[in-house]
Amino acid sequence: MGLLGEMLQNTRDFLARLGALTRFFGQVLLQSPSALLRPRLVVEQVYNTGALSLVIIMTCGLFVGMVLGLQGHDLLERFGSEEALGTGAALSLLKELGPVVTALLFAGRAGTSLASELGLMRATDQLSAMEIMAVDPMRRVVVPRFLGGAIAMPLLTAIFIAIALFGVQLVGVQFLGIDQGSFWSQMRGAVELSDVNEGLIKGVTFGIACSLIAVFEGYNAEPTAEGVGRATTRTVVISAVVTLVLDYILTALML
Amino acid sequence: MRQSRAIDVSTGLFVLLGMTAIVFLVTQITNREFSVRSDSYRLTAQFENIGGLKAGAPVSMSGVTIGRVESIGYDMNQFKAVVTLRIDEAYDRIPNDSDASIYTAGLLGGQYVGITPGNAEDVYRDGDTVEFVQDAIVLEKLISKYLFSQAGKDKDAAPAAQE
Repeated sequence: MGLLGEMLQNTRDFLARLGALTRFFGQVLLQSPSALLRPRLVVEQVYNTGALSLVIIMTCGLFVGMVLGLQGHDLLERFGSEEALGTGAALSLLKELGPVVTALLFAGRAGTSLASELGLMRATDQLSAMEIMAVDPMRRVVVPRFLGGAIAMPLLTAIFIAIALFGVQLVGVQFLGIDQGSFWSQMRGAVELSDVNEGLIKGVTFGIACSLIAVFEGYNAEPTAEGVGRATTRTVVISAVVTLVLDYILTALML
Repeated sequence: MRQSRAIDVSTGLFVLLGMTAIVFLVTQITNREFSVRSDSYRLTAQFENIGGLKAGAPVSMSGVTIGRVESIGYDMNQFKAVVTLRIDEAYDRIPNDSDASIYTAGLLGGQYVGITPGNAEDVYRDGDTVEFVQDAIVLEKLISKYLFSQAGKDKDAAPAAQE
């Protein structure tokens, strides 16, 4: 009976959290147009979440691309069609690897910083102080952070894919000697504009999801040192799971 | 103030980089080409069999890409595939007895339309139809032709062996 009761309790907690998240999303969306009045705040957040994540995104992109080049070459060599490496790498990067890996890195780099910042504001009563000064913390703090993240993420995805392709090219063409002409021409022949769109749509969706989860967890963090830590952890875990689940749904829809 | 200016500059740089990456992805690795000058003219060609030719495939002359396959349709009166080719205006002196063939690039590559120039005085104009065409080579047909010719040989050879 104890176990069953606990499971019921957990389910109810989960549903309550999901409901709160949905309501929070609605509030953020409703307040989003007001951010246009103060674009400066959004620009600052694009800097915080995007420009500051650039180094990690580019480094990881390069290495993901280089690994893809090595593995792809090893696999395709068995069929004697190394030239197809460009096609395979470009399609897998555009459709899956690019958006998903970027989202996971984004949750780890930008999501945690958003969540801990907001959590600390909550813990040190800065959010309540704003309310007392008749400043809506939703408008002043949460919405710019959400929008900044949602804007930065697709751009980061595109940068990640471009750098990763450079990595594939570096390993495949420069190190392993695949013919450059057929590498690029086969890639161009096989990749459609819709594949690029799929990657960008995923980037936008993951950006919205990860930013929303980060600001939600931070904003609703328990106002203790422990609570801030927990909010940060939850941000990464939930973002990763939601990203992968959304990825499956989006792939099924767009395939 | 200086601080916020630095933030602006790096944000601008970041956004610019992101946009460049998107433009790179759209123009450089897809088969879509956004040429600034879109001056081109259309030719149509009718094939019995186009194999795996797709819209967007290159049209080449001596291996140089001079245009793209714009669309592929089917003519229900003649029961032939109708392929519309869009040729760049720069190549406007193709003799009008030139022929169009469907080739395969490499063993596993995609198919493209190759144009071999003829030697007529007149040139193709917008809307012309290519008279001389050669269909795509279908691997199965080649194989079955080869097998049948082998079988025929065996039959000829068998009585000779019995004698």
